[in-house]
Amino acid sequence: MTETSTTQVKVRATPEIRRARIVGGILIVLAVFVFWFFGLNVMGDLDATFKLTLPTDRFAGIEWVVNTRTLAFAVAGILAFLGGVQLRRATERRTNIALAIGLFFFVFSFLAWAAAGKSFSLVGMLRSTVILSVPVTLGALSGIMCERVAVINIGIEGQLLASAFAATILGSAFGLWAGVIGALIVGALLGAFLAWLAIRFRVDQIIAGVVINIFALGMTSFLGTRVLAEAQDLNAAPQFPSIPIPYLSDIPLFGSMFFNHNFFIYAMIILVIILHLGFFYTRWGLRSRSVGEHPRAADTVGINVFLTRYRNVILGGLIAGFGGAFLSLTQVSRFEENMTAGIGFIGLAAMIFGRWMPFGALAAGLVFGFARALQQKLGILATPIPSEFLLMTPYLVTIIVVAGLVGRANPPAADGQPYIKE
Amino acid sequence: MTESVGSPTPNDTPPKTQRPNFMDRVTGVGTGVGKALLMPTLALVIALILGAIFIALTDLEALAMLNEDFLGALKHMVVGVGEAFKAMFGVFGSIYGWSETLFAATPLILAGLSVALGFRAGLFNIGATGQMLIGGMAAIWVGLHISLPAILHIPLALLAAIIAGAIWSGVSGLLKARTGAHEVITTIMLNFIALFLTEFLLKTPAWQDPTRNNPLSEQLPPSARFPEIFGGDYRVTIGLIIAIVAAFFVIWLLFRSSLGFEFRAVGYNPTASRYAGMNVPTLFVLVMAVSGGLAGIAGANQVMGLAPYQVTTAFAGTIGFDAIALALLGRSHPVGVLWASLLFGALKAGGRSMQAAAQIPLELVIVIQALIIVFIAAPELVRAIFKVRPPEEEPTQLTRGWGG
Repeated sequence: MTETSTTQVKVRATPEIRRARIVGGILIVLAVFVFWFFGLNVMGDLDATFKLTLPTDRFAGIEWVVNTRTLAFAVAGILAFLGGVQLRRATERRTNIALAIGLFFFVFSFLAWAAAGKSFSLVGMLRSTVILSVPVTLGALSGIMCERVAVINIGIEGQLLASAFAATILGSAFGLWAGVIGALIVGALLGAFLAWLAIRFRVDQIIAGVVINIFALGMTSFLGTRVLAEAQDLNAAPQFPSIPIPYLSDIPLFGSMFFNHNFFIYAMIILVIILHLGFFYTRWGLRSRSVGEHPRAADTVGINVFLTRYRNVILGGLIAGFGGAFLSLTQVSRFEENMTAGIGFIGLAAMIFGRWMPFGALAAGLVFGFARALQQKLGILATPIPSEFLLMTPYLVTIIVVAGLVGRANPPAADGQPYIKE
Repeated sequence: MTESVGSPTPNDTPPKTQRPNFMDRVTGVGTGVGKALLMPTLALVIALILGAIFIALTDLEALAMLNEDFLGALKHMVVGVGEAFKAMFGVFGSIYGWSETLFAATPLILAGLSVALGFRAGLFNIGATGQMLIGGMAAIWVGLHISLPAILHIPLALLAAIIAGAIWSGVSGLLKARTGAHEVITTIMLNFIALFLTEFLLKTPAWQDPTRNNPLSEQLPPSARFPEIFGGDYRVTIGLIIAIVAAFFVIWLLFRSSLGFEFRAVGYNPTASRYAGMNVPTLFVLVMAVSGGLAGIAGANQVMGLAPYQVTTAFAGTIGFDAIALALLGRSHPVGVLWASLLFGALKAGGRSMQAAAQIPLELVIVIQALIIVFIAAPELVRAIFKVRPPEEEPTQLTRGWGG
């Protein structure tokens, strides 16, 4: 950034304070918007009914009724307070918390406005949030795996797509687990290909990743038209059933959200924990991170940089392959051309948002999952917002996240640079 | 600061004292048209061979009889590949085939120039698809709502497309300049947003065909259609001339103007450029804007340059992704992009006739393109296969991670 600072008597505001002012301004604008649009609106003076349990739950029929207008005024007050505090005196940590709380209440008020006079399945949306977060989180974990050893994996999208394709065919032909294994193999192979191009040939990593994306798109579309169109029975994969966890799944709201899912969701959460422990509490993690931060120093103390990179990028491909299996063995059982529709890139954004941390990736994945769930469920509510704009939300959120409204994040120091052994 | 001015020919290489440019390092060859063509040709040959293998391996009829009659199955595969390639290269056998090649090449040239210009400045514009959509929509609006004679109507619609495409991609440039957001992610996200925006706009009265319910634009009036150059039998329009003019404009911009010098300087080394007093953030925005403007013309060509002069959301097709392969194959040089576009135009025209004659899905062309990029980007791979002597070269790195 160029600082065209002339002779200034006043001390320049630090970036943190400037950011706090921007966030404060945004919160005030949101407060006015909520007050005006959700509060004074004619639709405002109605009750919104949020369903907290599914009809199939043990404790069915728990609801929460809230007056939209009252809620909007309360939320506007909270937003104005948070914004005011940010504008007056700001510290960096509180800025992010204020922004998060403010956005939470804003979305809540928005939902109440959209559901005014109707009944809205809050539990259904939150459940979808968790389900839809899975491919994004897995994509982000794959990205972390690669970037922690300084290999940028733009090819996650292609790895997801190709492995989803493999899972569909093998799942249709030989059953669920064959589909999963096939997806893992395809993901790992594409990971190995990326590693080979990036490490052995030192191909520009972004180009290598884009190649994987284009290749996966072309290959799956080609095979889809040439093979799947002829052999329809290969495009009807079975689906993983839900495994409710005894007792826990009976808790209203949280039971449906977290404890009544298929095996992928539980596996994802376990994977996040394993990766966190692995990266920060084991020898493997320390070595991986050192390769990503300073490969020469790592090499000097005897760590095999190339081997570490190969291993992690292939593991990253495996994780992406697992995400691909999720796509075609749970939600839809048919393969469709370009069915990933940018999820891999959203996963990369989640990785950045989560600051290259496994739990950060999970949190970011949930935010993106929420954006997608919101878009799906609002379609049912028949709001005046055109469906196309709702469909844009996840992509808009991605841009906002990558553009760093949530603060700058630091990637591993050597990220994207090929290592040349001396 | 003195600039070594390149001549607008494919063998344009900087003097020995200057660091070789990115594409020279990619292909690893120095001067001379023959040497410059060596690696792309080899890449194309391997990609086509692999394409043939894919066709053979996905021949379901042959696979079904593999157990009983191995030789018969093999023969079936070979015949299938032969038919496919005969249909594909058949486009060179007739004037109509050649005209179809030129027709298919027209938007490819424009989109390829868009990506190539970005590469020269170290920016990777994957957003040509979205920029084409937005540019095309702007052109349609001018075409439908402003009544002018063709001599003014066509330039005005083109101008609208250029501005719309430039603004759309300028957003990515601005985000990179101000926040460091990587253009690869923002341009791809803007592709999706452009797609949904186009779908929405095509259902509004300003664009939609009033007799239809689906997102389909109203037919453009004759004054906003590109005239055909070789008469009504051939689909080649003045869009081709516009594309060639655009190529010469990019040559002028990159190699003869001081702005282009700054573009290339940023591409070599943004840090050094900043110390040399260049305004790097502004240059990022400008590069993306010019790049988006070129893609915008490509979008205009897709709505004004082909019958029925009305479009659905699919009018950008895969051109945005083809453009990446084109820029790499053409070594990011406008003349290289021209030749690469002709080649890909032939592949596309051939791919269409292959789809019609031999029922090979058109998507095979995308696979072949991806393979070409691999072999262009990893020249060692090609050298290993063909035992070509490796020249002195540095490893290729075009982008600089997330930080920009």
